[in-house]
Amino acid sequence: MNKVISIEEAISHVKDGMTIMVGGFLGCGNPHKIIDALVEKGVKDLTLICNDTSFVDYGVGKLIVNKQVKKLIASHVGTNKETGNQMNSGEMEVTLVPQGTLAERIRAGGAGLGGILTPTGIGTVVEEGKQKIEIDGKEYLLELPLRADVALIAGHTVDKMGNIVYYGATRNFNTLMATAADLVIVEAEHIVEVGEIDQNDVVTPGLFVDYIVDGGDR
Amino acid sequence: MDKAQIKEFIAKRVAKELKDGDIVNLGIGLPTMVANFIPEGVNIFLQSENGFIGLGPAPEQDKVDMHIVNAGGQPVTILPGGAFFDSAMSFTIIRGGHVDVTVLGALQVDEEGNLANWMIPGKMVPGMGGAMDLVVGAKKVIIAMEHTQKGNPKILKKCTLPLTAVKQVDMIITEMGVMEVTDKGIVLKEINPEFTVEQVQAATEAKLIIADDLKPMEV
Repeated sequence: MNKVISIEEAISHVKDGMTIMVGGFLGCGNPHKIIDALVEKGVKDLTLICNDTSFVDYGVGKLIVNKQVKKLIASHVGTNKETGNQMNSGEMEVTLVPQGTLAERIRAGGAGLGGILTPTGIGTVVEEGKQKIEIDGKEYLLELPLRADVALIAGHTVDKMGNIVYYGATRNFNTLMATAADLVIVEAEHIVEVGEIDQNDVVTPGLFVDYIVDGGDR
Repeated sequence: MDKAQIKEFIAKRVAKELKDGDIVNLGIGLPTMVANFIPEGVNIFLQSENGFIGLGPAPEQDKVDMHIVNAGGQPVTILPGGAFFDSAMSFTIIRGGHVDVTVLGALQVDEEGNLANWMIPGKMVPGMGGAMDLVVGAKKVIIAMEHTQKGNPKILKKCTLPLTAVKQVDMIITEMGVMEVTDKGIVLKEINPEFTVEQVQAATEAKLIIADDLKPMEV
């Protein structure tokens, strides 16, 4: 089975109205080439699940500026003024989720869990409409799992079976999103032959990855 | 003191709260400055919530690697002994009580230890990022901020802005003094000798409890 495909073929899997997850933190660990191709293609009405909306001209922020996102689920949007504009005008529906909760909701989505219990958000607007559960005298919020149609993630060294090694602070949400979508596409900075990555170094096992695209050096 | 001196004064005093071996997470802005004033002989480990421990200084221009950035997206370095991890591990560290101290700014803080620092309805809605998890999970929460905002008190009887967390603040450090949040209210423990107790109270909406052993605030 050949998992290495062109960027054009990869983004053909992303269709109008889909829910997508995009790995990264303020652009660090975004799949930059895939995002640029999506901007060029103009896929629209997306529901985007991402930690943040980066900056107007860097990474996932470009999808916002190009008005391709109808609904956003993120923890922080303050670095991209266009997100605020579209949120205030009502063009884009934004749900803000505490960062640790976002991570665990995605993990739950990939791990077959029905939700997670967290003390984060108790007594704040985050608890509105959510079930509270008391365990040993302490209150927790029930937060539900998140999944996507497609996860677009970034890896450093990826072998042709999709085993991923990350570099630096890029792994952030990439490892979690790799488990929580029906289709997972990784943009690799370096694609290597099977066997070139020591099995001890693999962070995301290739079984989670459907397709690999060549991101080249950045 | 001008604005820059006030910030430096606050950051220096916060730095004295950190102990050797502490795992520390610093918020953006004034809290980040604390790292510049760590007392000699005290080694702390800075956690960066985007995914590593061992946060080091900014690299030289020609050594910038955009794979290694801080939680504000700026290029930084990682020190020997540090480690990279993903966001689930990062918040296991944060929410799970493995961070000894977090230092954050505030829009408002009140006498119950409630904190508001993530949004102003209709004006500024940047999102909470990792702040809600940090404040709930860190063993000690220090608020480092200027005592007032354009002359208006920020230390209130009750926060009016949307909360970041309920009853989690342990300590407030401003240019006027060092305060501890207790079950009985806010206790003024140290006072900047440039101010009188009356002046500090006048700049504070919450009723301050003056410590019996009130000390001068030194940096």
